[in-house]
Amino acid sequence: MTLNAYLILSALLFCIGLFGVIRRKNLLMLFFSTEIMLNACNIGFVAVSRHYGDLNGQMFSFFIVAIAASEVAIGLGLLILWFKKKNSIDLDSLTKMKG
Amino acid sequence: MYEIIAFYLFSFLTVAMFAITVTTNNVLYALSSLAAGMIFISAFFFILDADFLGVVQIVVYTGAVMALYAFGMMFFDSLSSIDEKISNPRLVFALSGLIALCIVLIFSFPLIDVGVVAHAPVNPTWGNTQDVGIVLFTKYLVAFEVAAVMLLVAMIGGIILAGKKMDISYSSLSEEEIASLEKKDEK
Repeated sequence: MTLNAYLILSALLFCIGLFGVIRRKNLLMLFFSTEIMLNACNIGFVAVSRHYGDLNGQMFSFFIVAIAASEVAIGLGLLILWFKKKNSIDLDSLTKMKG
Repeated sequence: MYEIIAFYLFSFLTVAMFAITVTTNNVLYALSSLAAGMIFISAFFFILDADFLGVVQIVVYTGAVMALYAFGMMFFDSLSSIDEKISNPRLVFALSGLIALCIVLIFSFPLIDVGVVAHAPVNPTWGNTQDVGIVLFTKYLVAFEVAAVMLLVAMIGGIILAGKKMDISYSSLSEEEIASLEKKDEK
């Protein structure tokens, strides 16, 4: 397979994630869409890494995986706090800026 | 030949799974299809000779991240549907379509690869895991340690954020004690 095929697939998956981020109002769904976007980037990095016979792309996607894992831990912690406070995981409940 | 078949099969499956994830209204369906999509993505890593990353993808995403989401979901009333009305659906559609078109165009342009030198070349006599290990612990040692500290901070942060007042068990309290606790919270 050519590099372009992988890059187009990566772009397609990124667009699906982007669509989710724009469209969904459920905060949990927002997290899922972010994961999809991070994964799409990973495919692109690994494809380019294979194309040049270079390991740096794989290293980058390795660190992206680490970042995604810590993002989930912190994000879910904050989400649980928010849910305890407001009893809702609607994105629109975040727009009211009072303590 | 096998690579082409595998590529199209897994790209179809991945796109379908992620499309379900972003469009379904049921969080449980979204979670399971996301987990399936993550496993299918690891297939691309195996096709691209990145065995180590393929295994990391399965272990970290479907093992750790999905388990975390599943536990997190137990805290939420996630099956109650959220009213997702978009005030201007045409704007959303046009915006996402436009961005999607831009990104696909950017990615599908032919690469201008003049003078690209592999700074960490793949060594075919070793396996991929050994290759990754050698680069990770020489060139990226500092970044690796920083990532380790970041994960530790994220773990402690997650425990502190989610674990507030977890020492009180509501099931072993009487109704009056719960009511007084909730009244104290509201103040």
